[in-house]
Amino acid sequence: MMKLKATKVAMTKPWLVWRSRRFSIRLDRRVPGVMLVLALMILVVLIVSIGYGNYFLPPMEVVRALLGQKTANPDASLLVMTLRLPRAIAALEVGMGLAVAGAILQGVTRNPLAAPEIVGVQAGAGLVTVAILVLLPALPLVLLPVAAFVGGLLTALLVYLLAWNRGSTPLRLVLVGIGVAAIVTALTTLLITFGEIREVSQALVWLIGSVYGCGWEQVATLFPWLLIFLPLAWGLARELNALTLGDDIARGLGSRVEWQRGLLLLTSVALTGASVAIAGSLGFIGLMAPHLARQMVGSSHAGLIPTAALIGGLIVVAADLVGRSVFAPIELPCGVITAVLGAPYFLYLLLQHYDR
Amino acid sequence: MVDPPTSSNESPRLRSRMIGLAIGVLLLIGCFLVNLVAGAARTDFNTVWNALFAFNDSTEQVIIRTARLPRALIAPTVGAALAVAGALMQGLTRNPLADSGLLGINAGAALAVVATTVWLGNASMQLYTWVAFAGAAIAAGAVYFLGSLGRRGMTPLKLVLAGAVLSYLLAAFTIGLLILSERTLEEIRFWLAGSVAGRSLEAFWQVFPYLIAGFAIAFSLGRQITALSLGEDVARGLGLRIGWVKAMSAIAVVLLAGGAVSLAGPIAFVGLVVPHLVRFWVGVDYQWLLPYAAIWGAILLSLADLAARWLLQPQELPVGVMTTLLGGPFFIYLARSRVK
Repeated sequence: MMKLKATKVAMTKPWLVWRSRRFSIRLDRRVPGVMLVLALMILVVLIVSIGYGNYFLPPMEVVRALLGQKTANPDASLLVMTLRLPRAIAALEVGMGLAVAGAILQGVTRNPLAAPEIVGVQAGAGLVTVAILVLLPALPLVLLPVAAFVGGLLTALLVYLLAWNRGSTPLRLVLVGIGVAAIVTALTTLLITFGEIREVSQALVWLIGSVYGCGWEQVATLFPWLLIFLPLAWGLARELNALTLGDDIARGLGSRVEWQRGLLLLTSVALTGASVAIAGSLGFIGLMAPHLARQMVGSSHAGLIPTAALIGGLIVVAADLVGRSVFAPIELPCGVITAVLGAPYFLYLLLQHYDR
Repeated sequence: MVDPPTSSNESPRLRSRMIGLAIGVLLLIGCFLVNLVAGAARTDFNTVWNALFAFNDSTEQVIIRTARLPRALIAPTVGAALAVAGALMQGLTRNPLADSGLLGINAGAALAVVATTVWLGNASMQLYTWVAFAGAAIAAGAVYFLGSLGRRGMTPLKLVLAGAVLSYLLAAFTIGLLILSERTLEEIRFWLAGSVAGRSLEAFWQVFPYLIAGFAIAFSLGRQITALSLGEDVARGLGLRIGWVKAMSAIAVVLLAGGAVSLAGPIAFVGLVVPHLVRFWVGVDYQWLLPYAAIWGAILLSLADLAARWLLQPQELPVGVMTTLLGGPFFIYLARSRVK
């Protein structure tokens, strides 16, 4: 009996390992398969999402337009390439950014309830962005993520400092985050109450999170942030694994704990800030995606981070599609959809982790 | 029945409490008068007096009667209602962080009102009030249920987190509804931030009876809540019918919070801050705590409204923003000191 068990374990080796002289990756065995399936799902949802709208395009037509081939309707190519594709890609980018930001935050704080919107990062980034939209509408779009990043960073620091009372506990962090978010949101409300009604209507949509009106400019603005910080997050996966074991163990494993934690948090805030600057305060992605990913590929971050990114992207693209279609022709912002999904999930997590 | 704890220094304490009550009432009257006098149009106490008791149709008097009087009445009433609702919930759930705003009850009432506006256009105040009660009741039931899910039963923390998430969800629905019908956005957005401006005296009188009923139920439960706040076992030992007390308190909370929201929109943190402040003076005896909370809640919201009008003249802040800016730091302080 024992022997059988041993061989079974040996046969289904749980890790995939690549090693070169300076570099090695160890991935959960399930990662490539899961990621492949997720990528295919994203592709399908993207094509449906691009095809859907008040002018409906069949999937083959979408694919043809995307590949630059001749389409049956000459306008299809224009419609896809200038309007619908950038919006869908922006949704994908935002989802990836928020999901990875959440994965890092949960790992670093060892707090399953930590998510950018809960510890106040999104509220802070949102306040700065709304302030700029209302007060300095002339500011170029490229600078918006930088401002949101700074706002998110300051708010996160504030929450962390306030939650520090001879040490920090996950629940107090969440509570203080709720309090700070309430104050910051009140300031945002203030700005909105005094804005022009047209801008306000926009700001409201934006406040709950939406990729409405995203074009190539938004896609291009967000892209460099992802290009830098997603690989950085993935590269720090091993350090993140060590940190989740606790500071002492991480130190024992040779981590420079404070420095690495700082770098990881910075990465998380940067990804959040940039995403919020483009799509507003989209809730619960950073909470849901990492947990779902953990259930699929385990908690080693080398596999968790890319999987969470794909799940986040998938959720936002799908939520945008649902938001556009349930009350068509009126659009619901996709943040409403993610809130409907995410709020029950948060409660489920709460019961799972704090009711043993 | 439960007797309040008696002690040898009963009568000096009683006197200090009566004095505190008298000071509160005087301050409240002062706030009321200042609220009538202060504003964009210059007026003095004389004009106010005449507007109230010797009305003669002059512009100042019309302003006072139609714009300032409703507001000067609504602000303290709403403040008192929210503070008493908060105190009831804190006693009932033994949770120092309870507040009808934080627990999602205001958000429920607000969503119900917005939904009615979207579907029916301008309905009567009577209807709005009932709809707000329904929304508040459903949200209260939901948050109580969610907060007591799980093996350990209800813990203060779970209740607050469940409330925060519920508020987020309900606010998302509200915004979704507002986006679906842009028409209502303009009328409703100031109200949605919590505001006592622009309501008629008529609306006030229509909601007032329900609030009075809420206050009456709450004040009559003072002893029972005191016993309950010591723990359910203690309360049961003292011969309390816990289910009945809880049900009556819930009705009072719904009447007070729902009525307040239908008048002034979702205003957070009044119900959190005021009971804690009042406890410094009267301790944990809810027979005293509830009336004190009513008076100081009224004073607080009157002052907050005054500040909201004065800070950014000639612009006007929604008073809900003011209370959040005041109450948020207090919540953080409580979270720091009360949560391990």
